[in-house]
Amino acid sequence: MAGAISNLSENTFDEEISAATEPVLVDFWAEWCGPCKMIAPILEEIAIEQSDSVQVAKVNVDEAPELARRFEVMSIPTLILFTDGQPTARIVGAKGKPQLLEELASHL
Amino acid sequence: MSEQHSTNESPADDAPSHREVVIIGSGPAGLTAAIYTARADLAPLVIEGEPSSTSDQPGGQLMLTTEVENFPGFSEGIMGPQLMTEMRAQAARFGAEIVTAKVSRVELAERPFCIWIGDPEAAKPTHTADAVIVSTGARSVMLGLEAEQRLIGHGLSTCATCDGFFFRDQEIAVVGGGDSALEEAGFLTKFASKVTLIHRRDELRASKIMQQRAFDNSRIEFAWNSVVDDVLGETKVEGLSLRDTRTNETRILPVTGVFIAIGHRPNTDLFTGVLDMDEAGYLVTGADRSTTNVDGVFACGDVQDHTYRQAVTAAASGCMAAIDAERWLESRTD
Repeated sequence: MAGAISNLSENTFDEEISAATEPVLVDFWAEWCGPCKMIAPILEEIAIEQSDSVQVAKVNVDEAPELARRFEVMSIPTLILFTDGQPTARIVGAKGKPQLLEELASHL
Repeated sequence: MSEQHSTNESPADDAPSHREVVIIGSGPAGLTAAIYTARADLAPLVIEGEPSSTSDQPGGQLMLTTEVENFPGFSEGIMGPQLMTEMRAQAARFGAEIVTAKVSRVELAERPFCIWIGDPEAAKPTHTADAVIVSTGARSVMLGLEAEQRLIGHGLSTCATCDGFFFRDQEIAVVGGGDSALEEAGFLTKFASKVTLIHRRDELRASKIMQQRAFDNSRIEFAWNSVVDDVLGETKVEGLSLRDTRTNETRILPVTGVFIAIGHRPNTDLFTGVLDMDEAGYLVTGADRSTTNVDGVFACGDVQDHTYRQAVTAAASGCMAAIDAERWLESRTD
């Protein structure tokens, strides 16, 4: 479904990332992280508005600590853009929508 | 946390929307001012800021804290983000409109005051206002080292509640000596095996109760009279270079994480040259008032307070600003 945000687990991550036909923006987050919650509605908007060029997915670091370790996430929110299955950009820390879109645009 | 994101406004095409009161900032001061002005039927607009991982964000510094134990009315304490969510909902309940955006420019020389969101060069402002309440707060100060930009998010953090999780069973450091530094250090001992508190002096400026808790915590060690000369590590934090302030001797403290809590700087860049500030950049308000040097512009919260800096004093000064603004709007003749 266009604009839907999927939750990736340690079991589904590789399959979903490699099967994606568009770049995937993965949001590493957790329930207890205030700034993560603040950018959640922005990511929902981006998922819908940019559904032609990017998919948005989430990784809950509490449930998938191995994925956080594998991609060396040491601060959340961290957004990693995967293009053709490979990490191509990383945005650390919460940001406003205009700034996120700007950083994203240079990698899409 | 918000329903609205007014980020793509194009003020050039639209006439500015006019308000009696615009509140810039949404910490305890701004939201209390919003509650009071909304209840006075002034239909305030709150421009709450944009998400960030420093304390410069909607909800303010409390969004990055855990338990708040000293806000009256919560006998068991309340989580900082929860307190701010409640204040925001309370302001909205009385009709305050809240937009998630950052002010990029203000013109306060003439009335109505002009406020821009987005492109500061746009010909027309986004909003105009009869009265403006400034509650932009303060943000965390960084160490000012080159290594900071390289290592932020790679072991260097400004948000213990966000990142403590990633340092389970590791040895880390907190830089600072105030209440926020000690709160962070205590919180981080839930995860880290050892937290070294690095402080430039030989005594803390934190409150007695926070000091006692830190001294009683066996996982907290203290590096007194020490300043951070450098953060070591190319791709992730590997240690700190510390200098003893008395002997000038340097030593390496091996840590995988470092949390910065050395203090705050007021968010007053928007008002440079327009509103009177003290040497540290805090807005200057009238004695026992929220008035600034510009008639119709009021300031409240940490942006004008370097003495108390508490959630409850910020809220109280927000109430003062709302009442001052309401009385000023009633009394003006232009």
